[in-house]
Amino acid sequence: MNGSAFTATVDSGIAILTLDLPGEPVNKLTSGLLDEWEVLIEQLRGADAVRAIVLLSGKPDSFIAGADIEELTRLTSAAEVEALSRRGQDLTDRVEQFPKPIVAAIHGACVGGGCELALACHWRIATDSPKTQIGLPEVQLGLLPGAGGCVRLPRLIGARAALDIILAGKSERAQKALKLGLVDEMVPKSILRAVALAAADRLAREGIPRRTGPGGPAGALLDGTPMGRQIVYRMARKEVLKKTGGHYPAPLAALEAVRIGLEQGALEGFRAERERFGALAVTPVSRNLVRIFFATTALKKDDGVPPGLEVTPIPIHRLGVVGSGFMGAAIAGTAVLNAQVESRLKDSELPRVGRGLKAALGILDERLRRRRLSRPQHQRLAGLLSGSADYSGFTRADLVIEAVFEDLVVKRRVLAEVEAEIRPEAIFATNTSTIPIRDIAAGASRPERVIGMHFFSPVERMPLLEVIPTDRTDARTAVSVVRFGRAMGKTVIVVRDHPGFWVNRILSPYLNEAGVLVEEGVPVELIDRTMTRWGFPVGPVALMDEVGLDVAQKASKVMHAAFGERMAPPALIGRMLEDDRLGRKNGRGFYGYHEGHKTGVDERVYRILGVKPLEGFAHEDIQRRLVYLMLNEAAMACAEGVVQSARDGDIGAIFGIGFPAFRGGPLRLIDDLSAGNVVETLTRLATAHGARFAPAPVLEAMAAHGERFHPL
Amino acid sequence: MITGRRVAIVAGVRTPFAKSGTILKDVPAVQLARHAAKELLYRTEIDGKEIDQVILGQVVPSVLVPNVAREVSLLPQLPPGVPAYSLNRACASAAQAVTNAADQIVLGNADTILAGGVESLSDIPILHSRRFSQILVEASKAKTVGGRLAAFSRLRPRDLIPVTPAIAEPSTGESMGQSAEKMAKENGITREDQDRIAAMSHQRAAAGTADGRLLAEIVPWFGGPAMDTVATSDNGIRPDTTVEVLAQLKPVFDRRYGTVTAGNSSPLTDGAAVVLLMAEEKAKALGYEPLAFVRSYAATAVDPGWQLLMGPALAVPKALERAGIGWADLGLVEIHEAFAAQVLSNVQAWASSAWADRLGLSGPVGEVDWEKTNVMGGSIAIGHPFGATGARLVTTLANEMRRRDVQFGLISICAQGGMGYAMVLERR
Repeated sequence: MNGSAFTATVDSGIAILTLDLPGEPVNKLTSGLLDEWEVLIEQLRGADAVRAIVLLSGKPDSFIAGADIEELTRLTSAAEVEALSRRGQDLTDRVEQFPKPIVAAIHGACVGGGCELALACHWRIATDSPKTQIGLPEVQLGLLPGAGGCVRLPRLIGARAALDIILAGKSERAQKALKLGLVDEMVPKSILRAVALAAADRLAREGIPRRTGPGGPAGALLDGTPMGRQIVYRMARKEVLKKTGGHYPAPLAALEAVRIGLEQGALEGFRAERERFGALAVTPVSRNLVRIFFATTALKKDDGVPPGLEVTPIPIHRLGVVGSGFMGAAIAGTAVLNAQVESRLKDSELPRVGRGLKAALGILDERLRRRRLSRPQHQRLAGLLSGSADYSGFTRADLVIEAVFEDLVVKRRVLAEVEAEIRPEAIFATNTSTIPIRDIAAGASRPERVIGMHFFSPVERMPLLEVIPTDRTDARTAVSVVRFGRAMGKTVIVVRDHPGFWVNRILSPYLNEAGVLVEEGVPVELIDRTMTRWGFPVGPVALMDEVGLDVAQKASKVMHAAFGERMAPPALIGRMLEDDRLGRKNGRGFYGYHEGHKTGVDERVYRILGVKPLEGFAHEDIQRRLVYLMLNEAAMACAEGVVQSARDGDIGAIFGIGFPAFRGGPLRLIDDLSAGNVVETLTRLATAHGARFAPAPVLEAMAAHGERFHPL
Repeated sequence: MITGRRVAIVAGVRTPFAKSGTILKDVPAVQLARHAAKELLYRTEIDGKEIDQVILGQVVPSVLVPNVAREVSLLPQLPPGVPAYSLNRACASAAQAVTNAADQIVLGNADTILAGGVESLSDIPILHSRRFSQILVEASKAKTVGGRLAAFSRLRPRDLIPVTPAIAEPSTGESMGQSAEKMAKENGITREDQDRIAAMSHQRAAAGTADGRLLAEIVPWFGGPAMDTVATSDNGIRPDTTVEVLAQLKPVFDRRYGTVTAGNSSPLTDGAAVVLLMAEEKAKALGYEPLAFVRSYAATAVDPGWQLLMGPALAVPKALERAGIGWADLGLVEIHEAFAAQVLSNVQAWASSAWADRLGLSGPVGEVDWEKTNVMGGSIAIGHPFGATGARLVTTLANEMRRRDVQFGLISICAQGGMGYAMVLERR
C-alpha cells in the first residue's frame, strides 16, 4: 500500500472517514483499498468513542468512480473474477450489517462499485451539483454490478426503477436520485459535511428510519407483488433484446441476477450476481467493451502529435462558422452547448443565417425540453449564438470553421475571405468529407493555420470527429483543434489527409458492395437486416438514404478517382438520382418516407434499377461480402498510416459508422479472426466476385508472419 | 461645456423600430436590448472585458425584469462583473443614459460604457385593479381555506377589469395627445403645417432608408417561427405619404376642432438602441475613430399643466450656452418628433422674441433651418420606442455628422412631465 487512502477523524462521537486515494485523480475501489477498509472498519467496530460514521471523499468532484477496471482486466479466469466480486460483496455486506450507522456524503461521481458501497450505507446524502452522478454503468462494459448492487438497488427503489438504471447502465443526477429514493437527502455542497454529521448523530440516537415503498399504487402492484414483478421482468427482457439485438449478454445476466435476488432471497441473489459477474468479465464482448473504454479514455489525453512535443494550444473562446446550412448550424449549436464558446454564423443571405440560428438554437431547445439545461442556462447559452451576413465579429475569432458547399472553388474563396478578416494566429478549419485539405489550403496565406475537421451528421449526436492536418499545418494548430473537438464533446482521431480520410475510406467499398448486391437482385431489406443483425445500427442501403444519394455519389466518385477499380461505384445511384431520389432529405430513396418516418422499401426502386428482387440469398454470403471488403480496406488504410494507430482505427469505425462495438472494431476483428483466415476468405471471395476482394498486401504479409494489428 | 476628459461616441446600433403589435410583438424588451447590445459588440469587434458599465433607459419596465440593463450586462460576451442600472427620464431616457455614461467617463469612474435604451409597448404590464390586488394578497396570507374564500367573496365583477397604464400625466390627468392638441391651439399651429412636418418625416426617412444611411444603424432582427423573416428596416415608414393623404385622417383627441391625428403623431413602437461611449484616449488606444464627442447637455422642466411638451424651449438654449456655441454654429439638428404640433411649437418658441421674454431668455435661440434638421426624418416616421429614442438620435446624428463632416450637432427631446432634454455633439 502506498500511503493511506483513508483519513479518520472523530468529532463528538462521529468518525469522519475521508477517502483520498493517493496518486489518483479520482477514487476507485482497488484491492489495496479494500484491504485498508477492512482493517479500518474493524477498528471502528470496537471503538467505544465512535457512535456513527460519515464517509466522505477527499477528491474535488468525485466520490468513488467505481472499481479498478485495469485490475479486473488482469484476471483471466471467471473464477478469479468471481472471487473479486465476492470480496466486494463481503465488504458491502459488512457495511450494511455494521452495528453503527454509516452515512455516505456524496459529491461528484458515485458510480459502479462506489454506488454499490453507498447503497450498503445506512443513509445517503448527495449534493445538488450537476457533477454529482449516481448510477451503475457496469453493463456498458459488458459487466453487471458485482458488489451487491443487483440485490440492493431493487430493494431500495423497486424493481422497475432499478432495472431502468442497471440494464441501461445509467447514472442519475441528484434531483432524480432523490425522487427515486436512491438518496435520502439532497443539499448544497457547502453544507454536505455538516448535514452528514447531523444525520450520523441523529441515526445513532434514533436508529435508522423506515423508508416508505417507492412508486405509489402502481409501484406497489408491479414492484410489490411476485406476479407484478413477472410482468416487469418480461417487459425488461423484451426491451433489452430490442436494444441489444441479442449481441450483449450483460443486461440479460443482470436482469437474471435482479430477479433471483428478489424472488429467491438476497443470499441467492448475491450468488447469482457474482457467478454472472465472473462469467461476463471474461467474455470477448466485455473484453472488447473494456478495451474501447480504455481507448476512448486514452484518446481524451492524446493530442495526436508525437509524444514529447510540447505545444501550448490556442485557447478557443470565439468560434466563427461560415455556412449556416445543416452542418454549419449544428456545429455552432454543438460548440455553444458543449464548449460554451461564442459562435457566430455567417452566410451570404440573412434568411439563411436566421434558419441556421434557429437550427442551432434547436439543439439547445431540445436540451431544455429534456431538462438537461435549466432555463437560465439555456438563456446564457443562447446568448452565445449570433449570426450575420457579413464578417462582422470575425476579427476576434480564435477559430473559424467553414461548412459551405462541398466545392473546392467555393471553399478556397471562403478561405481567402476569412484569412483577410481573422488575426494571423487564428485557425481556419474546413469541414469536408471528400476534398483533400491540402487542395483547399493550397492558396492560403497562412497554411500552417489551416486544418480539416470532418464532422459527422447529425453533429450534435455523432460522437466522432476526424481532425486532418496537412503537411504544412503546424502542431499548435493541430493540438488546439483536437482539444476544441474534445471540448465539443467529440472523440477525436487525427487522420492523414488522404481521400476519404479514415471513416469514409473504409465505408466506401462497403456501401459500393451493398449497391452491387442490390443490382444482383438481393432485396434491400435483406441486405439491411443482415447487417443490423450482424450488429450495425443501420444497414448500408438505409445508410445511403440517410447520407443522401447525391452526397454518396459525389463521395464515391472521389474515391473511385483516388483508388481506381477497387472503388468503382455501382451504376445504381446514378439511376436513383435520375429519378430524383436523394434519400431521406427529399423523402425519396431506396425507402419511402412519410412525414420524416421511414415507411419501408419503395418497391418502385427495383423497376427503376431494372432488377428483380430474388429469394434464396444466404445471410452469410451477404454479410461476408460486405464485412470483408471493409476489413480489407481498413487493413490497407491502416498500413498506409491513415490512422495513427489500430486503436484510433477501431474507435473511428465504432463511433463514426457504428461498427459493432462488441466486435471491437475492424482491426480488432481481423486480429480475432487472424490475418491468415481473413486472407483466405478474401481470396475465395475474389475468385467468386472479382478483383476488388483481392487481399491487401499488408494482410498477406501479416498472415505470413503471424502478425496482428493490436498486441496480444 | 463638459470639462475634463472628452467622451467619444464610437458607434451605435439599434434594432429595427417596429410599430407595436407587429413583428416584435412577442419579443420581450430584454431580448431586444440584448440583441442590439450583442450586435454592437460584434460590429465594433470590442473585447467584452473593456466594457465598464451598462446604462439603459426604459420607460415602462417589465415587472419581471425591473433592471433591464443588468440582463444586458449579463450577456455572455461580457464578464459577469459589469455593473448596470436602468433609468427613467421618460422619452429622454436613452439620451440621459448616454450623458450619465459621459459623466462617469469624464469623472474617470469608467473608460468605456454601453448606454442606450429599450421599449416594448407590446410588452407592457397590465395591472389588476387595486381592490383585486388587495384581495389576492389577503387570500394568499389567509391560513385557512375559509379565510381564503372569505377574501374572494368580496370580489366584484368590476374589480376584474384590468388597468392598462395610460400615457397620461399623473399630475394633470392629461394625455400626451391632449397636451399636443392644447399646444397646437394655443400656439396657432395649423393642421396643414403639422401634416407637412409628418410628410417630410416619412419622405426623408424613406430616402434615408433607400440610400442606406438609416439601414447602417440597424442590426437585422431574425423573426418568425423559422427565424428567416428578417427585418432590416423600420416598418412604420411610408414612402408614399403626402400632405394630401395625411389630410384625410380624423383628429383623435378633439374630434370637432382638433388638428392632431395619428398621421402627425409618433406611433407606439417597439425597439432598442445602444451606443458605445469611450474616453477619447481609450478610443485612441483601442484604435477606434470616434464619430463625435459629447460636448454638453441640459435637462429642464416646465409645469406640466402649462404646455407639457415645451421643455426643449428651455433645454436647447441651456445646452448651447454650456457648449459655448450659438444656434448658428449648428450644422445638424435632430428634434424628437413626439407630435408635429410639439415640434412646431418648439420651433416657434426658439425663434421668437415674445417666447424668449415669456421664458425669461435674453433673446430668441434661433431659426430652424429644415435643410439641416431631421435630415433622415424623425420619430413620426421611424417610430418612437420611448426608452430607446434618445440613443437612436445620438446614433443618427453622430453618423451624419461624420458623413457631412459637421463640427456641431444638436439633439432636442421633449419628455413626459414637462421635461426637456438637449445635447450638443462635436465632431472633432
